[in-house]
Amino acid sequence: MGSNGFLYKVWHLYYDGFRRMTVGRTLWAVILIKLFIIFAILKVLFFPDVIKQRAVKGHEADYVQQQMELHAHQ
Amino acid sequence: MINFLLDALPATVDWSRAQFALTAIYHWLFVPLTLGLAVIMGIVETCYYRTRKAFWKDAARFWQRLFGINFAMGVATGIILEFEFGTNWSNYSWFVGDIFGAPLAIEGIVAFFMESTFVAVMFFGWKKVSPGFHLASTWLTGLGATISAWWILVANAWMQYPVGQTFNPDTMRFEMTSFWDVALSPFAVDKFLHTVTSAWVIGAVFTVAVSCWYLWKKREQKLALASIKIASVVGIVASLLAALTGDNSAYMVSRVQPMKLAAMEALYNGGTDQSLTAVAWVNPMKQPDYQQQAQPPMRIGLPNMLSILATHDPHGYVPGINDIIKGYPKVDGTREPSTRDKMAMGRRAIAALKEYRTLSAGAAAAKSQKTGNVVANTASVHRICQLKEELRATMSYYGYGFVKDPSQIVPYVPVNFWCFRIMVGMGCLFILFFLAMGYLSFRTPKLPQQTWLHKVALALLPLAYIASECGWVVAELGRQPWTIQDMLPTWAAISDVQSSSVVLTFFIFLVLFTTMLAVEISILCKQIKRGPEHSDENKAEGTNA
Repeated sequence: MGSNGFLYKVWHLYYDGFRRMTVGRTLWAVILIKLFIIFAILKVLFFPDVIKQRAVKGHEADYVQQQMELHAHQ
Repeated sequence: MINFLLDALPATVDWSRAQFALTAIYHWLFVPLTLGLAVIMGIVETCYYRTRKAFWKDAARFWQRLFGINFAMGVATGIILEFEFGTNWSNYSWFVGDIFGAPLAIEGIVAFFMESTFVAVMFFGWKKVSPGFHLASTWLTGLGATISAWWILVANAWMQYPVGQTFNPDTMRFEMTSFWDVALSPFAVDKFLHTVTSAWVIGAVFTVAVSCWYLWKKREQKLALASIKIASVVGIVASLLAALTGDNSAYMVSRVQPMKLAAMEALYNGGTDQSLTAVAWVNPMKQPDYQQQAQPPMRIGLPNMLSILATHDPHGYVPGINDIIKGYPKVDGTREPSTRDKMAMGRRAIAALKEYRTLSAGAAAAKSQKTGNVVANTASVHRICQLKEELRATMSYYGYGFVKDPSQIVPYVPVNFWCFRIMVGMGCLFILFFLAMGYLSFRTPKLPQQTWLHKVALALLPLAYIASECGWVVAELGRQPWTIQDMLPTWAAISDVQSSSVVLTFFIFLVLFTTMLAVEISILCKQIKRGPEHSDENKAEGTNA
C-alpha cells in the first residue's frame, strides 16, 4: 500500500506537471524536434561509426594502424 | 593513392577541426548558464525556505523558468560531439577510447540521470513535495549538472595531460591502468574548478543584466534589487575564485604544456626572470616569425610576472617557442629533448610498433597452425621482446613520429595570445563590476536611477560569453596540433572520410544551432518581458514593487 502510494505520487507528479505546462510545451516541442533531427537524421545519414563500417570485425586495430601509418613521416 | 590522400588530407583535418570547434562553441553557450543560474536559483529558493515569503518563491520560480529554457535548448548539443568522435575522429576514438569513453559514460549514466530526476521535482513539485525536499531538489539539479561537468572536464583534462594509461600494442590502444589517476588528475581538478567558477560568473552576469533591464524599464524593482544583491555576491566570489584557479591553471600548463603557455604569451625566446606580456602587437592575421623576431613589437611586459606565474619563482626559467623546439634545461637538471630528437624517437616508436604487430600476428598464426621451425620462432619471440622494450622507451614520443617539421608543433600564436588577454581582461573587469554592483545594491538607494549602469550591465552579458568562449579557445587551440598532448596529432587522428561530407555537416550544424540559439534567445526574451508570475500570496503581502 505504501509503495503504491509512493508510485502513485511519482506518476501524478509527472502527469500533473506535464498537463499544466505552459512554456514547457514549447520547450518540449523544440527538444523533441531537435532530438529527432539529431538521432534520426544526422546520426543515421551523416555520422556513421567509421571503424565499424570499414574495419573487418575483430581486426579494428589493424585498420587503425594502417590508417595512422598513412600519415606517418617515414 | 597516397599522394591523393595526403593532398586531400588538410581539407579533411581542417574541416573536422572547424566542425568540432563550431559544435563545442555552441554547446558552451548553454552549459555555463545552466551551471551559473543553478547557483542563483538555489540561493533564491533558500531565501524562500528560510523566510517562507511568497516574494522569494515567485523570484525562485522566475529564475527557474529561465534556467529551464536554457537547459532545454542545451539538451543534446553535447551528444553531437560524441557523434563526431566516431565519424570524423575514428583513429582517435579507437586509440584512446578506453580512457576517454569511461568518463563520458559515467557522465551520461550518473550525472544526467541525477539532473533529469531532480529537475522534474523542481518544476513539477512546488505543491506536491515539502519545501525542504523541493529546495533539496533544486540544489541537486545544479549538483547533477556540476557532476556532469566534472566528468566531461576529466576527459578533456586527460587530452591535455594524459595519465593513468599504458599502451597495448596488441590492441593498438591506450588502456586505463588507474581510474583514479584519470578521475582525480590535478589537471582535471583545476580545470573543473576554473570552468565551474567561470560558469558562475556567467550566471551572475546574466542575473544582473536581466535585473538591470527591469530597473531600466522601471519594472519589478524589488525582484531586480534582491537578485542583483545575490548575483553580486556570487559574482565577486566566482570572479575571485576564477582568477585564483586561472592562476593555478597557468602554472599547471607551464608544467605539462609549455608550448601552449609560450603561444599564449607570444614568448618566442624564453629564459629566467621572464616578464608577463600585458599587451603587444601580435598580428592577428598570421603566424608570427618567431624564429627571426626576438619578441613581438610594442611589447609591454610586467617584470618577472611570467616567471612567477609559470614557476612560482620570480627568477624561474620559462621556455619560449624556440627553446621548446631546440630543447631546454629543466628544473630537475635534465634536458628536455629537442623537437627533432622527439621526432626521431617517434619514428622509432612507429617502426617498432609496425614490426611488433607484424611479428606478433605471424607468431600467433604459426602457433595456431603449429607451423614454423623452433629456431625461427624463438628468434621471433626474442625480437618481439626487444620491440616491446623499444616501445616502452619511445612510446611517449609516438605522436612526434607523425611530425614532418618542428613548426607543426607550434599552435597558432595570434589567436591564443589575444583570446587569453580577452579572457583575463574581462575577468578583471568583472571583479570590479561586481564590487561596484554589490556596493550600489547593498549600500545606496541609487541603483534604480543609474540608467547608464543598467546599460553597462546589459552590454557586459555578451562580453561575458565571449570571455568564456575565449578561455576554451585558448585551452583547445593552445593544445594544437595534438588531440592528445604529445601522443596523437590531428592529422593522424582523423578518419579517412571525404572533406565534402565534413563540410556538409559543418553547414548543417551552423544552420541548426544558429536556429536553436535564435529560438532560445527569443523564448528567453519573451519570458523576461513577461516577468515573474506574482502569486496571490505575494500580492497579499504587497511586496511586489
